[in-house]
Amino acid sequence: MIWDNEFALSIVPALLQGFLTTIEITLLGTALAAALGLVVAILRHLRIPVISRLLTFSVLFVRGTPLLVQAYFAFFVLPSFGLTFSALATGVVVIGINYSAYMAEVYRAGIESVPKGQWEAATALNLPRGRVWSKIVLPQALRTVVPMLGNYLIMMFKDSAILSAITVVELMAVAQQIGSSEFRYLEPMTIAAVLYFIVSYPSSILVNRLEARLAHS
Amino acid sequence: MSVLVDYAPLLLRGLGMTVLITVLGAVVTVIVAFAAGIARLSEHAWIRVPAGVFVEVFRGTSMLVQLFWFFFALPFLGIQLAPLTAAVLVLGLNEGAYASEVVRASIKSLPRGQTEAAIACGMRPVQRMRRILVPQAIPTMLPPMGNVMVDLMKNTSLVSLITVLDLTFAAQQIRTTTGETMAVFTTILIMYFALSLAISAITAMLERRFSLDSSDLPKLKLTDVLARSKAVSQ
Repeated sequence: MIWDNEFALSIVPALLQGFLTTIEITLLGTALAAALGLVVAILRHLRIPVISRLLTFSVLFVRGTPLLVQAYFAFFVLPSFGLTFSALATGVVVIGINYSAYMAEVYRAGIESVPKGQWEAATALNLPRGRVWSKIVLPQALRTVVPMLGNYLIMMFKDSAILSAITVVELMAVAQQIGSSEFRYLEPMTIAAVLYFIVSYPSSILVNRLEARLAHS
Repeated sequence: MSVLVDYAPLLLRGLGMTVLITVLGAVVTVIVAFAAGIARLSEHAWIRVPAGVFVEVFRGTSMLVQLFWFFFALPFLGIQLAPLTAAVLVLGLNEGAYASEVVRASIKSLPRGQTEAAIACGMRPVQRMRRILVPQAIPTMLPPMGNVMVDLMKNTSLVSLITVLDLTFAAQQIRTTTGETMAVFTTILIMYFALSLAISAITAMLERRFSLDSSDLPKLKLTDVLARSKAVSQ
């Protein structure tokens, strides 16, 4: 028998432990990416001369380079400046910044989709800037943005595996540890793949449904 | 900085490997994308369903898991792949699964009348696809395909984790031997960025080449091309 059932069962608790960290990274990372992405999108919308250019370039650079290399950069370079964080914190920040570059673009599309008349009406009512954003623009923009954010949440969930390379002890790192110490990779890798799949597949169906429902209403 | 001069040959070798894997991976991606994308449009369930399962499995699990599975777990089933083979295969299958959705969606978006007219002309399904549907779908496919290719190129960095001597692997080697972390990683970040821009430029050029009416295309702007979103179709 190639597949060892007993061994497979014995490693499930450890893998689930790592899986919890994966979920934790995904949730924290998404929160960071969602917040940072919104800030970037609003700043870019305001078109402040130098800042706007810098932001455009940063977004482009983050999108044009691999997450793994960004993670290595943060993990190995920051300590040489005396900045030491835990691997987990570094991982969450790196993946959060990485995805904020994508989310900023989604927000931008959402903000641009708000009809011009809404802005004009707000100006006519002489509403303060902050109120225009918080009460008129963002509520309308965010509704169209939700399904895309859901998609990025799922992608981040899968991409978080990359953080195992900078010693974050999430699902992938646990699977690898078990593999190298027991000299059996088939069971840990397969179980890890299944765990990723049973979360991301139903989630993507949910997000698709949400997308279809918002498109109809 | 002198470290970079000393280790330039190693970095360039890594860069060459990254480009090689990107090109080979892109070839596999395109083949897989058309095969799976068209298979999912088939009216026969025995073609459609397996293709659907393939796409969902490869999109539903992490690429790193797939890479490790092919490299470390497959030998337990008696199949030993060389690191480079495993790398190209996994990148092609994974990105191909995403790209197959691009192919499927753009063929599906064509007006129904195109298929009906082809049937009326007495074309068989294969002829219909090859002569009528695929050529018309290519302009729609190109922008999201370009995104998939940029993603593919960035994901090649993962192959360093299964001992393929690519750009990231070379950088790690230089880091461990010299400790010059900052210079080395900044250099390869810029190299990857340049590759991304190059792929975006190629996509933009192809878009102009294949557009049905090039007069309505905006002027070529790199920032716009790269600003589009990651792995478009979920």
